[in-house]
Amino acid sequence: MSPTVALFWTFAGIAVASALLCITRKSPVASALWLVATLFQLAALFVILDAQFIAVLQVLVYAGAIMVLFLFVIMLLNLGRPGPSDIKGPMGLAVATLLAGVMGLQLLVLVRAAPPADVTLPPGALLGASQTQGMVAAVARPLFDAYLVPFEITSVLLLASLVGAVVLAKRQL
Amino acid sequence: MLLGPALFVSGLLFTLGVAGVLLRRNAIVIFMCVELMLNAVNLTFVALAQALGVAGQIFVFFVMAVAAAEAAVGLAIMLAIYRHRGTLNLQNINLLKG
Repeated sequence: MSPTVALFWTFAGIAVASALLCITRKSPVASALWLVATLFQLAALFVILDAQFIAVLQVLVYAGAIMVLFLFVIMLLNLGRPGPSDIKGPMGLAVATLLAGVMGLQLLVLVRAAPPADVTLPPGALLGASQTQGMVAAVARPLFDAYLVPFEITSVLLLASLVGAVVLAKRQL
Repeated sequence: MLLGPALFVSGLLFTLGVAGVLLRRNAIVIFMCVELMLNAVNLTFVALAQALGVAGQIFVFFVMAVAAAEAAVGLAIMLAIYRHRGTLNLQNINLLKG
């Protein structure tokens, strides 16, 4: 097992363990912090999978901005204090395990997934592109070229959600 | 190439997200489980980008933007619900039940 593969499984193991803790902790604050741990491990996995720029975005946007928003709302609503557990009883646990287990078994087929050989890039092509063009430029160039229209639509979406969030959260307009 | 292992981990994380949504009653925790599922899909995109080109990474960028917008609006809705009903437990939020 090469060091990269060993590192991959280490980070993957921590990510799955933190995700498991995230869905089983009673306190929403503890859940949010374990989710932050999972997001950091995913950023590490992104680096191993040659997506360094996306990994930085993951830490900045997900673990930074979005999770701070979650913690802020938990704090604002004073949900951190100990109270009755919101985890469902044995019946709910059985149903959740059954449904999620069936879906997980179906997703196991993915392990054998292989993209068709005629569209697959040679190994290391992505890493080579980011080394010749630069880490950010390799992602940014197609983003502002082939994907310019979706990019602009995203900016409109963010504006709409900004206005929507303010309108919804305001006490009185 | 780590495509198979990455897809395995992503499937596992997605399953845990689904289990969390089915297991919890607190709306904010359910929302966090949805974020976990989005991240599992992001891992799939990044893993496949290694074999199929940089477009996968660009889709992760878009997923992140949509997730940020969704988190802002969703949490604002939860603030409004909490102000209205004083709880975020989904058992007590049954306005649409008729």
